[in-house]
Amino acid sequence: MGIREGLLALLANGPKHGYQLKVDFDAATGEAWSLNVGQVYTTLQRLERDGLVDAGPADDEGRISYNLTAAGREDLRTWFETPVNRSVANRDEVSIKLLVSIAAGIADPQGIIDRQRRATMTELQDLTGLRGDTPATDFAWQLHLDRLSLQAEAELRWLDRVEQRLATAAPQSPLQPTPGPPVATVPQEGSR
Amino acid sequence: MNHDAPLTPVLSMRRVGRTHGSGAQRVDAVVDIDLDVHAGELVAVMGRSGSGKTTLLNLAGGLDEPTTGTVQVSGDHLGDMSKTGLAALRRRSVGYVFQQFNLLPALTAGENVTLPLELDGTDLRSARAMADIALEEVGLAGKARRYPDELSGGEQQRVAIARGLVGPRSLLLADEPTGALDEITSEGILRLLRGRCDAGAAALLVTHEPAYAAWADRVVRLRDGRIETVSQRSAVPPSLAEVLS
Ligand SMILES: Nc1ncnc2c1ncn2[C@@H]1O[C@H](COP(=O)(O)OP(=O)(O)OP(=O)(O)O)[C@@H](O)[C@H]1O
Ligand SMILES: [Mg+2]
Repeated sequence: MGIREGLLALLANGPKHGYQLKVDFDAATGEAWSLNVGQVYTTLQRLERDGLVDAGPADDEGRISYNLTAAGREDLRTWFETPVNRSVANRDEVSIKLLVSIAAGIADPQGIIDRQRRATMTELQDLTGLRGDTPATDFAWQLHLDRLSLQAEAELRWLDRVEQRLATAAPQSPLQPTPGPPVATVPQEGSR
Repeated sequence: MNHDAPLTPVLSMRRVGRTHGSGAQRVDAVVDIDLDVHAGELVAVMGRSGSGKTTLLNLAGGLDEPTTGTVQVSGDHLGDMSKTGLAALRRRSVGYVFQQFNLLPALTAGENVTLPLELDGTDLRSARAMADIALEEVGLAGKARRYPDELSGGEQQRVAIARGLVGPRSLLLADEPTGALDEITSEGILRLLRGRCDAGAAALLVTHEPAYAAWADRVVRLRDGRIETVSQRSAVPPSLAEVLS
């Protein structure tokens, strides 16, 4: 998920021991996803097992420095040259909520849109406030806040789109129970 | 939020409605609007085309009269004011940036900006000094002597913004003020508006862009002339660390 390669990258300019890697990773990423030292050592052990780093001898204080191997350098090069695939795991809870509300006819999709829009707008307002307060020198944080803001913005635009589609779409009839394998009966509100 | 902000809102609208035409032609442009904007507050107004945003702004600035309800600016009922009183209030306290820029073609950019100040009795020299500052704030220093038809669309829009923001104004009303501007210039304008509010003005900003609306303390959404939802900036804003956790 990027931590492995992130550590490899931080070794590219020379050997470092585990704690130094933790400090450097945190600094590079604006401490957005602060690593714990244990995580760093576990990752280094796996990298060593896979032949991507070499462990050097311990220094006076018993700290072990790690070196990038040729295979590690190759692995890192491939990582930088390969775009990240975002098409996996793009299931989205808001989409599911909206679609099942329409399919089951049990909740007003417009209400779901309105509430989600309010929450996401508040999030975007908060992010914008943080952006205003973040010094331009804090590059890592500017970059994180830009990404989160644009994601919130995209969701707001998408909600507008959904609203328009709902307004123009043919009225949806709730899914009828399908005959087939028995399912647990869901208690109905009231009865007709 | 400013703790010693005066309790009287700069803008107060109560059950405001505006109907155009009658019978089959009847359009309820805005309906039953309750809205207060205090000094220091920036409120964004969003909503689909035709949802009543411009109508709301016109009513807030006294450019249009409500069919029902009342509008107060700094405690004064606009409905009770004489035409001249209303005109004076509009020149003195209200800054308006129109959706169509409404620049006077026979006047230079600088003259367009100084006009409201001069009409209000500011001496020419101070008016010019204030106009220079306003033009500089919108990135048009040095273009004061150009006529509107010698400026690009985005530059004309920025002259209109300078004219709306020039001098001390307690209520700023901006109707899609960044429509003709690129993203970076727009963000500069938003910062300017935000800065005016942080310095004590109250503002209503109409925009279609979520990213620009997000500069506001509150975002009001209109649907068919009614206020439908309001999103508020969190009372306790999250920390940088919290937003990524
Ligand atoms: N003078 C008028 N006579 C009749 N109807 C009007 C008049 N002015 C506005 N309307 C109607 O009132 C409604 C609200 O118009 P308004 O200009 O406030 O919309 P808006 O939200 O500003 O739209 P846009 O985003 O397109 O600028 C619309 O249905 C419009 O057609
Ligand atoms: Mg309009």
